[in-house]
Amino acid sequence: MPAVPPRSPYGTGHLRGERTFPEAAHDELGNEQLRRNLGRATHSIRAKRLDVTGELPDWEQLRDAGSAIKTDTMNRLPGLLEQLERKVTEHGGTVHWARDGVEANEIVTRLVRRTGSDEVLKVKSMATQEIGLNEHLASQGIAALETDLAELIVQLADDRPSHILVPAIHRNRDEIREIFLRRIPGVDPALGAAPAELAAAARAYLREKFMTAEVAVSGANFGIAETGTLSVVESEGNGRMCLTLPETLITVMGIEKVLPRFQDLEVFLQLLPRSSTGERMNPYTSLWTGVTPGDGPQEFHLVLLDNGRTAALADTIGREALNCIRCSACLNVCPVYERTGGHAYGSTYPGPIGAVLTPQLAGMHAAKDDPNSSLPYASSLCGACFDACPVKIDIPSLLVELRHQHTEQSKTTAEKLAMTAAAAVMKRPKLFTAAQRTAGLGRVLAGRDGTFSRLPPPFQGWSDSRDTPAPPPQSFRSWFASADGAATMRAAAEEGARHTDDDPQEAQ
Amino acid sequence: MTTTARETVLRRVQDALARSDRPEVTVPRGYRTGRSLPDGERLALFTDRLVDYKAQVRTCTAGATATVIAEVLRARGARKIGVPPGLDPAWLAGYDGELRTDSPDLPAPRLDALDGVVTASAVSCAETGTIFLDGAAADQGRRALTLVPDLHVCVVDLSSVRTGVPEALARLVPEHPTTLISGPSATSDIELERVEGVHGPRTLEVVIRTDV
Repeated sequence: MPAVPPRSPYGTGHLRGERTFPEAAHDELGNEQLRRNLGRATHSIRAKRLDVTGELPDWEQLRDAGSAIKTDTMNRLPGLLEQLERKVTEHGGTVHWARDGVEANEIVTRLVRRTGSDEVLKVKSMATQEIGLNEHLASQGIAALETDLAELIVQLADDRPSHILVPAIHRNRDEIREIFLRRIPGVDPALGAAPAELAAAARAYLREKFMTAEVAVSGANFGIAETGTLSVVESEGNGRMCLTLPETLITVMGIEKVLPRFQDLEVFLQLLPRSSTGERMNPYTSLWTGVTPGDGPQEFHLVLLDNGRTAALADTIGREALNCIRCSACLNVCPVYERTGGHAYGSTYPGPIGAVLTPQLAGMHAAKDDPNSSLPYASSLCGACFDACPVKIDIPSLLVELRHQHTEQSKTTAEKLAMTAAAAVMKRPKLFTAAQRTAGLGRVLAGRDGTFSRLPPPFQGWSDSRDTPAPPPQSFRSWFASADGAATMRAAAEEGARHTDDDPQEAQ
Repeated sequence: MTTTARETVLRRVQDALARSDRPEVTVPRGYRTGRSLPDGERLALFTDRLVDYKAQVRTCTAGATATVIAEVLRARGARKIGVPPGLDPAWLAGYDGELRTDSPDLPAPRLDALDGVVTASAVSCAETGTIFLDGAAADQGRRALTLVPDLHVCVVDLSSVRTGVPEALARLVPEHPTTLISGPSATSDIELERVEGVHGPRTLEVVIRTDV
């Protein structure tokens, strides 16, 4: 069997937090402002999404098509990537390949240096966030300026994004006003906190930058193999500014973002905006193919990024996570995300999909007590994310699979000890019956409501976050063997026989 | 010879896929395609969606194009207008302000000094209120022209309005630089409260010609 491709290199980029999810979440839960902001935002976006998806009678067919197109894409990835490369090159673009984030950062730095500029404008992009491009450019003396309003807020506050779609969702208007007053040079001290005023301040600040920028860096929502067309979906026009005005455009795209046909856009341009912002269509979508003489950047570079994506692809179950189109619908319906916010996940990709994608890309056993190994447990497995996903990624099942992989890998965990003990007992019928009788005694120790709120070591990890029901007073085996059990079974058999006599149709 | 990143990544993808079976997938395209609606319904749907996205909408006959455009520009106080080189000059016959024809060497700050821009459009989607601009078409112009000025007056012929997204996308030339616009520039980044007008045009005036 071929080798497993490597994960994103340990210690680089933003695919691993410094603390486990429970530790980080514990602190975030103490932040009432955060919870209020998040609660309001996720509820309003959820309602909007349901409105506009409910409007389409063929929504489920679109989801089926989207899911199948992505699965088909993954199956044919090598050929599609080569086709994309060929088409982009034919239209005057240059394609670069990056094994990981470190290599992608070096490629972008080299390309920016060649333009002679020491400043780049950025379009909001998950891929460049994932590889820590801004930080790398800064270390090389190149200033990267985020132009998406939310990303700008996060950047000016020296903060980290906390949501895939609205990275500053954890900040309210007063906090944002404070950040602008502190960090935007020459801002009017009388600046108000109304969103319209704050947006206008950002417009004024970035306007001059747009007019004079020489180079911009973007991500891509889709890359069409058939035609070499790339696409960025946005609202504010900062994307259009960056994609159109500078002389040089550098686009960093994860290899999983390729789509086979131009026609496939008809599916994703319906699925993405409605799932993401709850709009029928986002205000602006840009489509470009290589270089167009006399219009837009005259130099175009596409950087195709692996950074653990092939490792995810090698996992037949985890492969599904690569279908994600980064709409963030799963974040907005997740009861865990709604309370902890995005920072607790420690990764560029928070929420349910992040809990699956992050360990797939970066691994969860790279170090002792790897924080990523706690991510598969950052879920109640309620299934709301699966229902919301426009490409039908079965996130709960993937989380369960990752939990399984984590338990397999771990030398000793409470669950593993318990399961090993249980397996040994269940193999011996006499021991099993004896154990069940003993377990009945557990009722005596449980509280009046028949639950344990706290288990003894090594099981306290389980009981920290949930109550444990006490074992029933009688095991099934002892009930079955009792006179009461025998009588009930006899009655049930007679009842069944009567139905068969009355209505032969029903019995069939 | 050292292995290039290209070879490495492609080999990794192949290795990853070779680790399991890849059952062939047929994409079910049971969603709605090839839809059409009578003119009146299409116009009503398109207008409803444009207004919902805070675009200003006017309808007129082709013969009244120049009059309506002049009215819009006057109402907006636009005295300095940019147009793509291939725009029908008759459309601006009623306009008495300064006119600037775009060219590739016109730098962005010069576009910024314009009050607005008037263009045609390639195709539209009624169901989503989206207008598609073909950057390679002489009457729509390069992308910067419809982006930098604060007012965009866009002329749409009802015959070019398609019902849904698949029907509209099918009319495009994929390789042309294309911009899809649904209303004016907007952001919802602060407390998810929608604000019209950030970096793109803050005002979108759509003139729908019902008899073309």
